[in-house]
Amino acid sequence: MTLRVGIDVGSTTVKVVVLDEDNELLFRSYERHYSKARERACETLASIEEMLQGRDVRLMVTGSAGLGLAKAAGLDFVQEVYATAAAVDAYVPDTDAVIELGGEDAKIIFFGGALEERMNGSCAGGTGAFIDQMATLMDVTVDELDALSLEHEKIYPIASRCGVFAKSDIQPILNQGGRKEDVAASIFQAVVDQTVAGLTQGRELKGKIVFLGGPLHFLLGLRERFTDTLQLDADHAVFPQDGECFAAMGAALCATDREARPYDELLHMLQESRDVSCVVDTMPPLFQNQADYDAFIARHDASAPPRLDIAAYSGDAYLGIDAGSTTTKIVLIAPDGGLLYSYYHSNLGDPVAIVLGQLKEIYAQCGSRIQIKGSAVTGYGEDLIKNAFSCDLGLVETVAHYRAAAHFNPDVDFIIDIGGQDMKCFKIRNGAVDSIMLNEACSSGCGSFIETFAKALGYDIAAFAKLGLFTRRPVDLGSRCTVFMNSSVKQAQKDGASVEDISAGLSISIVKNAIYKVIRAANADDLGRHIVVQGGTFHNDAVLRAFEQELGRDVTRPTIAGIMGAFGAALAARDLHLAGSALLSAGALEHFSHSAKPVTCGLCTNHCSLTVNTFDSGRRFISGNRCSRPLGQEKAELPDLYRYKYEKLRAMEGKGLGNGSRGRIGIPLGLNMYENLPFWFELFTRLDFEVVLSPVSSRKLYIKGQRTIPSDTVCYPAKLMHGHIEALVEAGVDAIFYPCMSYNFDEKSSDNNYNCPVVAYYPELLAANMPDLKKTRFLDPYAGLHRPRDYERIGSQWFADTFGIPRKQAVNAIRAAYQAYDLYKQDIHHTGQRYIDEARAKGLPIIVLAGRPYHIDPEIDHGINDLITSFGFVLVSEDAVAFHESYAPRKVLNQWTFQARMYDAARYVCQQPDMQLVQLVSFGCGTDAITSDEVRSILEQGGKLYTLLKIDDISNLGAVKIRLRSLMAAMEERERHGD
Amino acid sequence: MASLVYGKDGRLLFTKEMKAEYTILMPQMLPVHFGMFRQLLVLEGYKVDMLETNHRGIVDEGLKYVHNDTCYPALLVIGQLIDAIKHGGYDPHKVALFITQTGGGCRASNYIHLLRKALEKAELSFIPVISVNLSGLEKNPGFSLTLPLIRKMIYAMLYGDLIVNAANQVRPYELSPGDADRLVDVWQGRLIDGFQAGKGMDRKQLRENFDAILADFAAVPVSQEEKVRVGVVGEIYVKFSPLGNNDLESFLLSEGAEPVVPGLTDFIIFKIFNREVDVDIYGGPWVKKKVCQIFKHYIEACQKDMIAALEKTRFRAPSTFEEMHQLVHGYLGDGNKMGEGWLLTGEMLELIHSGVPNIVCTQPFGCLPNHIVGKGMIRKLKDDYPYSNIVAIDYDPGATKINQENRIKLMLANAKALAKKEQAREPVGAGI
Repeated sequence: MTLRVGIDVGSTTVKVVVLDEDNELLFRSYERHYSKARERACETLASIEEMLQGRDVRLMVTGSAGLGLAKAAGLDFVQEVYATAAAVDAYVPDTDAVIELGGEDAKIIFFGGALEERMNGSCAGGTGAFIDQMATLMDVTVDELDALSLEHEKIYPIASRCGVFAKSDIQPILNQGGRKEDVAASIFQAVVDQTVAGLTQGRELKGKIVFLGGPLHFLLGLRERFTDTLQLDADHAVFPQDGECFAAMGAALCATDREARPYDELLHMLQESRDVSCVVDTMPPLFQNQADYDAFIARHDASAPPRLDIAAYSGDAYLGIDAGSTTTKIVLIAPDGGLLYSYYHSNLGDPVAIVLGQLKEIYAQCGSRIQIKGSAVTGYGEDLIKNAFSCDLGLVETVAHYRAAAHFNPDVDFIIDIGGQDMKCFKIRNGAVDSIMLNEACSSGCGSFIETFAKALGYDIAAFAKLGLFTRRPVDLGSRCTVFMNSSVKQAQKDGASVEDISAGLSISIVKNAIYKVIRAANADDLGRHIVVQGGTFHNDAVLRAFEQELGRDVTRPTIAGIMGAFGAALAARDLHLAGSALLSAGALEHFSHSAKPVTCGLCTNHCSLTVNTFDSGRRFISGNRCSRPLGQEKAELPDLYRYKYEKLRAMEGKGLGNGSRGRIGIPLGLNMYENLPFWFELFTRLDFEVVLSPVSSRKLYIKGQRTIPSDTVCYPAKLMHGHIEALVEAGVDAIFYPCMSYNFDEKSSDNNYNCPVVAYYPELLAANMPDLKKTRFLDPYAGLHRPRDYERIGSQWFADTFGIPRKQAVNAIRAAYQAYDLYKQDIHHTGQRYIDEARAKGLPIIVLAGRPYHIDPEIDHGINDLITSFGFVLVSEDAVAFHESYAPRKVLNQWTFQARMYDAARYVCQQPDMQLVQLVSFGCGTDAITSDEVRSILEQGGKLYTLLKIDDISNLGAVKIRLRSLMAAMEERERHGD
Repeated sequence: MASLVYGKDGRLLFTKEMKAEYTILMPQMLPVHFGMFRQLLVLEGYKVDMLETNHRGIVDEGLKYVHNDTCYPALLVIGQLIDAIKHGGYDPHKVALFITQTGGGCRASNYIHLLRKALEKAELSFIPVISVNLSGLEKNPGFSLTLPLIRKMIYAMLYGDLIVNAANQVRPYELSPGDADRLVDVWQGRLIDGFQAGKGMDRKQLRENFDAILADFAAVPVSQEEKVRVGVVGEIYVKFSPLGNNDLESFLLSEGAEPVVPGLTDFIIFKIFNREVDVDIYGGPWVKKKVCQIFKHYIEACQKDMIAALEKTRFRAPSTFEEMHQLVHGYLGDGNKMGEGWLLTGEMLELIHSGVPNIVCTQPFGCLPNHIVGKGMIRKLKDDYPYSNIVAIDYDPGATKINQENRIKLMLANAKALAKKEQAREPVGAGI
C-alpha cells in the first residue's frame, strides 16, 4: 500500500499529514515555523522516519509559502484552495460552503450549483495574523483573547477591512476604558464581517457550512461570532476535528495520481532545497562596521536633558503625562527642564491603572521635598486621564511634541514623531506650527508592526531591531501599509532571506512609509534643515539610521525620544505658572477606583458608543460622545450648513405638488442623489408620482446590503447604496429610480463636468449584483441633465416610453425640475451667507467643510459636523462658497463637477481671514489622490492651513479630533504671531 | 540649443528646434504595437526611444514623485520616464516626453498633469511633455499627429493585433522555442519598410499582408498538445504591459497555459463609438456623430478583414466589435464609457462565448471604473455562465507577485479540472 503525504506550508505554520489508502489520517502535525518554513517542513518529515522509512510515498505540497518550497525541491504543488475543496469533498460530502481562515488568507468555497472559490483580495489583509496583532495590542495571548471574548456584553463596531484600520478603532476604545472582553469579541466580529463582506460577493451563505483553518479550529469565541452572525445551528455549522489540517489532507488526496517515490529520496530533495536561496531585492547595509555604529551612537547621545536625582532634589516640579495609543509615558521635571523621573511602558490596555501606579510611586519618591506645581496630559487618552486624576491641562499631542523639540533645538523646522500607532510630522515656520501631517489610517501602526512581527518570529523588539544593524543585504520590502508588508515579508522568506535581512528591511520600510507616504517628500530639503525625530520607534537605531540614510542628512534624536510628548506636556504645565496643581493628592489616590461601562447613546441618530467611566464611585466621565447632550447639556447649536442641507433634502419626500396617482417611486438617497434629488423630486411629483426616499443611512442599513457588494475596495458611500436599495425593495415601491450619469450639472467653472466613474455607473453595478431587484422595477436610464434643452427632448421621450406620459406634460415637468434645482442651489447660497454673517457678527471662526454632496450623510461623515461646531466653529459646505469664484486654469485636469467646487471653495477661503478649509475624503476615493494635492497647494499658496480628514465606515473620531485640535492650535499660534 | 518656449497657458512647448535636437522618450504598453509606432515616428523625423526598462527602481521613482494613492499605471509610467531621465544616460536638457491623454471621466486623463507635477518636484520642469491624443488637447509646434501619420499608426495597430494574436496561438506550442518571436521581429521590420515605401496601407494590401503573416505563423512547427486557454482582460495598461502586470503572459506560459489577449483595435473603436453614442444619449451636433461613424466604420471594416483572414486559418478569430457590443446588452448600457467601460465586460463575454471561460481580470488597485465593469460584473457572469472561471487580480506597488500568482494558480487548477469535466461541452456562442 502506498501512503500519501500532504505538506501545507502557510504564512505562519507548517502542516504535515499522512493518509492511508482509506483516506484515514495516520499522522498529522501543526506547527508554527517562525519564518523558517523549509527547516520546519524537513524536520517534521524527518520525525516520521519510523513510519515511512523504506517505503514509496506520494507527496504533494500546498500552501501560500509552499510554492517556493515545491519549486526549489522539485516536488509537486497544488493550489491550497483547490486542495481544501478536494478534502471537503472527500470528508464532509454534503457541504454547501466552506469558510477557511489561515494565517493571512481568508477563503470561501461554495459547493452546490456552480463551484466557486474565492480568496481575499490583496487588500483584505491577514486574518490569523490580524488576530495575533490584536492580541499583542491588548497584551494578551491569543488564547486569552479567546477566553475574554466569550465573556462579552456588547460588540463595538470595528473596521473590518484590514488590521491597521481595526487598530485605530480598538485603541480609543481601550484608552477610553472600554472592557477588554467586549473588545475581544468585537475583534472576532470584525473578522466575521470582513469574511462575509469581502468574500461572499452576492452569493448567500446558507445550508451546511464547514469551518476550517487554524484560527477557527482553536478559537471558540471566533466560532461563536460566526455561528451567531450566520444564524447557524449545530447541524449546519461544522467544525471538523482536523479542520486546521484540511489543506494538507487535500494535498495528500491530490497526490493520489502522482508518481510514488521512495521516502528517503523525497526527504533528501526537501533537505537539499532548504539552503537554496533565490535572488532577493536588497539594499545597502545600515552600518559598515562597529566603528560606524559607535560614532552614530555618540552623536545622538549628545542631545540629552540634565538628569537630576529625585532623591536629592527639593523644590518645585511639573508632571507631564502622554497617554499614547499603545504606551504611557510620564515625566517629572524641575523648572529648568531637568529630568527627575521618567517612565515609558506599554499601557497594557489599561492606561488608568498604569498612571495610578506611577503617580503613587512618584508621590512616594517626592516625599515632602518636592511639590508638584502643575500637571498636564496629552495623547489619545488625554480626556480620560485628565478627568481621572484631575490634571491641570490637556493639550493636543502635536503641540506637546513641538514644545519638547523646541526645548532641545530652538531652530527646529521639522518634527517627525513615529509612535506605536501614529506618525505625526509637522513643519515649523516663524516659531509656529505651519503644516501638520498625520498618517492616513492606511499606513499607521508601523511602529507596533515591527513589534508584532518581532514577537511572531519569537524575538523581543529590542533584540529584533539589533539583528538588522550589520546585515550585508537588507531586503527591500517596499513602502506600503503593514498588511502589504506582511506579504512582502512572506515573499522574502520564500526567497530565502534571513531574519537579519528582514529586520533591517522592515526598519527601512517604515522610514520609506513615513517619508514617501505620509510626508510625501521628494528630497531632504522638502523637510527642513533642523529635523528633530522622536517617538518610541526612533529608539530603534536601525530605523533612525535608515531615516538618515534615506534623507542623506543627520538629524537630532534626543535621548528621551520616546517620552517627548510627556516632556512637552510637563513644559506646558510649567508655563501655566500655577500656585498649586489640582492633581489628585497622594491621599486621594489611596481611595481611587475606576470602573467603565459601555452604553449606546440614544439621544440622536449618531448613536455614539459611549463609555461611562466612574471614578471613586462618584465622579463620572463620559467618552465617545460627539456632542454635549449625553453629558446632560443641551446640544450647542452653532450654525451648521451640513445639517441644514441634510434636513432640507430628507424633507423632499411624498407627493409634493402632485396627487401621487401614478404610483410610488423609490429613490435611494446616496451618492450624487444628494445633489440631484431636488431635480428628480420636483419632476416626479409634478408628474403625480409619490416619491419614497430610502431610510436614513446607518451602519445597520449598510450591513443589510453588505453581502451584495462585489468590490470591497470601493468607497463607503457607494457601499451604502446596497442597503438603501434593499430597504426600498422592502418598502414595496412600484419602481426604483436611480439613473446613470456620466455627467453632472455644468457649473462652468471646470474643464469638464463628469461624475467620477463610481458615481456615474453604480446603478448598473447594483442591477447586476442585487438579486432582490428582480422583485421590483429598477429604472436606471442614462440621464444628461447637463444639457437642459436636449434633456427636455430626451427625458420626455423616456417618460413617454416608460410610463406613457404625454410628451408635453413631461417637458413642463422637466422645466419645473430645473427651476426647482436652481431654487435649491440659491437657497444653499443664501443660507450659507446668512451663517457666515452670523458668525462674523458673533466673531466666530468659520470652517468650510469641503467634501462631496453625499458627505452630508451623517453615516458617512460620522457627525464630524457636530464635532466641528462643538469646537466653536460655524460650518458651511463647499457649495455655499464655491460659486463666488469663476473659472481659472488648474495644474490638474479639472474635469469633475463636485471636485471643481472644492478647488473654488479653497480659492475663496484664501481671501477670507476668518475662514479655514477642511477637506473630507472618503477612503478609496481615487479622484482625491488628485484633488487633495491640488487643494493643499491652493491653500498653502494662499497662506492657509490645510487639514485633510479621511473617513471610512469606521466611526472613530480620535484621529479627526487630533487634526481639528491641531488646526485650532495652529490657528491660535498664528493669531498670537499676528499672521 | 533650443530655447524654452511657453504657450499662452504657461505650458512648456515642444518646438521645431527641439524636434531636431531632442530625444523623445515614450513609455511602452504593447511591445509589438508601440515598437512599430516608434519606428513610424522615427520615419517622421523624430528621435524617439521606447523605454523597455523593468526594475524596482521604476516603482521607487514613481512612489517618490506621484501621489501614492494614484493609480498604479500612472505611478509606473511616470516612474519609468523619470528613472530613464535620471539613469538612462540622457542629457536631461535634450529630452522630451510622450504621454497619451484620453480625455475621459477617469483619473487617467490626468496622467499628463501628474507627470508635469512630478517633473517639477524632481526639478526637471524644463523638460517638455508632449500629449498624444486624438481630442485636440494641448498642441505643440514641434509635434503634430498628421492625418498620414494617424493612418499609418492605425494600420500599425491592425497589423500589431494580428501579429500578437497569431504569435500568442503559436508560442505555447512551438517545437523550437523562439520561432514565434522571430517571426514577430521579421514582420515588424518588413511592414515598416513597406510603410516607408507607401505600401501596406489600403484594404487590399492589408488583406494580402494579413494572409502572408498568417501563412508564416501557420508554418511554424507546433506540438498537438492540449493547453488551457486563459483570457486576459482589464485596465488597458496593466492588461498589456509586462511592467504593469508582472509579466503575466510569461507566467501563464510557464504554467502551461495559452494566453488569449484581446487586441487594441476594439479599444480604439470603443473610444470612437463613445463619442457617437454620446450624441444619442445626451444630444449634440449630428455632424459629430456622422464623422465618428465614418471613422468607426473604416476601422471596423479593417477589423473584419482581420477576422476573415484568421477564419481562413486554424487560428482563433475574435468577434467583431459589433458582435461584442451585442453581448453586453443586459449587462451595461452604451453610455458606460469611462476607462474601458462596457468593453471590458464585453471582452469577458466574448471570451466565454468563444470557448475561453478562464479569465484573468487585471486592474490597478482601487481602479474606479473596474469596480463596476470588472469586479462588478463577475457575479452576473457567474450566474449566467456557471462554468465561467474568472479571477480578479489587483496590481499595485505593494502587491506581491506571490499573492497574485497564487490566485492565478487557483484559477488554473479550476480551469484544468473544468477542462476534464467539460470536454464534451461545445462552446456556447459557436458560430455567432
